[in-house]
Amino acid sequence: MTTNAPVLDTTVDRPAPSARVTVRGTTKAGHRFTVPRSVRRSAGPVGLVLLWFLASATGVLPESVLASPVDVVRQAVELTRSGELPDAIAASGRRAAVGFLIGASVALSLSLLAGLFRLGEDVIDSSMGMFRAIPWVGLIPLFIVWFGIEETPKIALVALGVTYPLYFNIYGGIRSTDAQLVEAARMMGLGRLGLIAYVILPSALPGALVGLRYALSTAWLALVFAEQINADAGLGYLMSNAQQYFRTDVIVLCLVVYALLGLACDFAVRILSRRLLTWRANFEGEA
Amino acid sequence: MPNSVEARGLSRAFDGTTVLHELDLDIRQGEFVALLGHSGCGKSTLLRILAGLDEEIGGEVTVPARRSAAFQAPRLLPWLKVWRNVVLGLPGRPDRGLAEKALDEVGIADRAGVWPKTLSGGQAQRVSLARALVREPELLLLDEPFGALDALTRGRVQQLVAELWQRHGCAILLVTHDVEEALLLADRVLVMDEGRIAHELTVDLPRPRDLTAPEFVTLRARLLSWLGVHRTLEGTPS
Repeated sequence: MTTNAPVLDTTVDRPAPSARVTVRGTTKAGHRFTVPRSVRRSAGPVGLVLLWFLASATGVLPESVLASPVDVVRQAVELTRSGELPDAIAASGRRAAVGFLIGASVALSLSLLAGLFRLGEDVIDSSMGMFRAIPWVGLIPLFIVWFGIEETPKIALVALGVTYPLYFNIYGGIRSTDAQLVEAARMMGLGRLGLIAYVILPSALPGALVGLRYALSTAWLALVFAEQINADAGLGYLMSNAQQYFRTDVIVLCLVVYALLGLACDFAVRILSRRLLTWRANFEGEA
Repeated sequence: MPNSVEARGLSRAFDGTTVLHELDLDIRQGEFVALLGHSGCGKSTLLRILAGLDEEIGGEVTVPARRSAAFQAPRLLPWLKVWRNVVLGLPGRPDRGLAEKALDEVGIADRAGVWPKTLSGGQAQRVSLARALVREPELLLLDEPFGALDALTRGRVQQLVAELWQRHGCAILLVTHDVEEALLLADRVLVMDEGRIAHELTVDLPRPRDLTAPEFVTLRARLLSWLGVHRTLEGTPS
């Protein structure tokens, strides 16, 4: 078809279309198979244990180096039946709990004093900075001199390990309170106590919970160190006994129990965080 | 009408730089005053002093004990549900009924039980207004409360403030840099410059006000010239 009419050239003076992007809906991914998140999360650890089992079963990993997972499980059943393992867990758990409570109380009082009062900050914060520079594990000899070799130095070491992460996170949380919120709340008639209860402490809570996670993992770590000191009960006692008889299965079992206890604490804090911090609008990660 | 606010010889300096300079200010009971000025002219400082948030001043200020404020950011506590934010700081147990009544007045009673993070900007600003008004203030201080809102929402919230003012009869001091907003809402417009009230304009236009009325346009031109903004083209400030 030809016409003599002037043809309007629409291509002139018009920028070339740029590359286009299509956004596809993700609400109904129906036909695509997706592995459930829980399965994906456990694939790594399960795979590693499987690898360990295979290495032991084929003899690549001799028992004198590391016992097979089957032996570890067998030991777990045996020691549970004899009551040795539950007793050890109870003794260690008691040390961790008492040490944690003491350390947490100290950290809470110090961080509140330092966070809320200028005088407290001047007196406490610089000292805490100084003490933190001392590696707390290195204090074991001094603690033995001071407290002997019974329960006290073990609990003291756990308490000390717990104090630092909690103190610094709560103190930091208090001091990062939004000044604008404080101003607005004061304007609405909140007094000093009201400000602390409704503004300062809630805004320190996310930091405090991070501190709590660090503190609990430090508590178990401190316990492992502390129980190397002449323990007559607890997981550390079980481990040092096993060491004398080259029982790698018992040693591994104790390490696994330490790890599980630490994981359980971490899980509890995560549940607690989710409960307490529902008001936060946070990035939850990509699917 | 007796005065709600009286400031005499009010001065404020920050590290040797004078921000307020021997300033006098009267606001009558129930009067709506808008305070215009360039940023840094001291208008927010004046508002903070009247709010009682800044006491390092020279001179004398008398303000009603019952006063409250709304700011440019809503400043809601994110860890308290909306209704708890509204009645925050009131004596006695938190009264949800009271909060819901106040939220109803600003048109969002249905959002009483949610977290502040789920509110839009306009909704959060309404909650902030409800929180200020539930205290039945004699003086309401508004520090650019519409500044962060989009144009459509701003218009609606301005309308709401006008209605709330007429219903509650409190004195209002509105700090803004929007000339039209000042003329739409205020009985009297003050223009601040270098820490003083440099100009004063009584707005005698009938409410609700018409942006296109010739009187409105004349007043706007006068305010703009006071602010040092000259118009070279119709509707285009240079």
